[in-house]
Amino acid sequence: MSTAVPQVSLLAAVRCIFVRDLRLALRRRADTLAAMIFFVMVVSLFPLGIGPESALLRTMAPGVVWVAALLSSMLSLTRLFADDHQDGTLEQLLLSAHPLAFLALGKIAAHWMSSGLLLVLVAPLLALQFDLSPSACGVLVLSLLLGTPVLSLLGAIGAALTVGLRGGSVLLSLLVLPLAVPVLVFGAGAVEAYNAGLGVSAHLSLLGALLVLALAAAPVVVAAALRIALE
Amino acid sequence: MLALRDLGCTRSGRRLFSGVSCTVAAGQLLRVQGANGAGKTSLLRIICGLLEPTSGEALWHGQGVTGLREEFGRELIYLGHAAALKDDLSPLENLQAASTLGGQWLDTAQARAALAAAGLAGYDNTPVRRLSQGQRRRSALARLVHGQYAALWVLDEPFTALDVLATQWLADLIRRRVKAGGIVVLTSHQDVAIDGAPQQVLGL
Repeated sequence: MSTAVPQVSLLAAVRCIFVRDLRLALRRRADTLAAMIFFVMVVSLFPLGIGPESALLRTMAPGVVWVAALLSSMLSLTRLFADDHQDGTLEQLLLSAHPLAFLALGKIAAHWMSSGLLLVLVAPLLALQFDLSPSACGVLVLSLLLGTPVLSLLGAIGAALTVGLRGGSVLLSLLVLPLAVPVLVFGAGAVEAYNAGLGVSAHLSLLGALLVLALAAAPVVVAAALRIALE
Repeated sequence: MLALRDLGCTRSGRRLFSGVSCTVAAGQLLRVQGANGAGKTSLLRIICGLLEPTSGEALWHGQGVTGLREEFGRELIYLGHAAALKDDLSPLENLQAASTLGGQWLDTAQARAALAAAGLAGYDNTPVRRLSQGQRRRSALARLVHGQYAALWVLDEPFTALDVLATQWLADLIRRRVKAGGIVVLTSHQDVAIDGAPQQVLGL
């Protein structure tokens, strides 16, 4: 039985964890969809509560959509590492033959695909309720596309720090929400700038810069936080 | 070679053990014994580098285990208290994912063979959630079938929930690993005989 076995490349290992987590998200559709439905509900409550004042709604739209996206991503983040911690697979990640930071990146990518990406896809439909023009809607989608991965990356740091803690979800929000403020400002700001007839490239470039920064730094921080949390 | 130097561990203000020293050479089995709460699991976690000891250090080939990280991960198989299985995945998917992360690629045929050896033939695609406690354990242990590559096995209560047949199968796997020059560290309340393997007993 003890056959010589081929080594696994780093890329294959990251893909393995990415596919595993996506598969889990698919098999637990109720959990995956809950965060998206929360997003839809929260965004839809505003037009209902405020009434048919299209000028006001148009001004509020970017802020409302972005805040809802932020809260919804907090909801799904609590379980990013908690489930793995509970069933012992997180320990196996720490003892893996591959650097933990890259595996964490694979997990975060899968998490974004099953949460943030869904929000991006459903956002244009919600924007209709706010009477956003199609091109403003495009800017909103673009800002979400750049911004939601940053939320997942930042949130992963909070999730890693609070893994195994009781009441971790509240603490997670308290830790991550302040960090997410720049994303919110530039994300919502992009659409507002577009509506005001200004250029959006500055806002989107800043969001892109935040994404690059988070991509580079967050996985390393997550790895360090997980090692501390599992002591 | 695994060396423990004057290890001590204090968890939430309670001293579990101190001054634990021993050297395990290649081709040896180390049994860790002790009452419930004596710190067996903590000791195993220290050996794996998951837990920082309060005093002393654990060395793998003369280097501290916490500093080795991935290099050590390549040579180690740790099966902890929790089975490390995803309830929504099948034993096959669980085994392939666990091996890949451990640095060993198993194709589907190899993985199926390992599961069959663990007595799970026909359960390859059943979600782990539907398996019995013993079957879950077997599913986790299936990783050892192709685990001869790893120089160090650290097994926390591996015989729990296993029936007579599976216990013999596992004892045989451990014996073969030790005879082939590996090191196996295990805790067990059951006194399962693993004959023909040079062994040390460490009492906590």
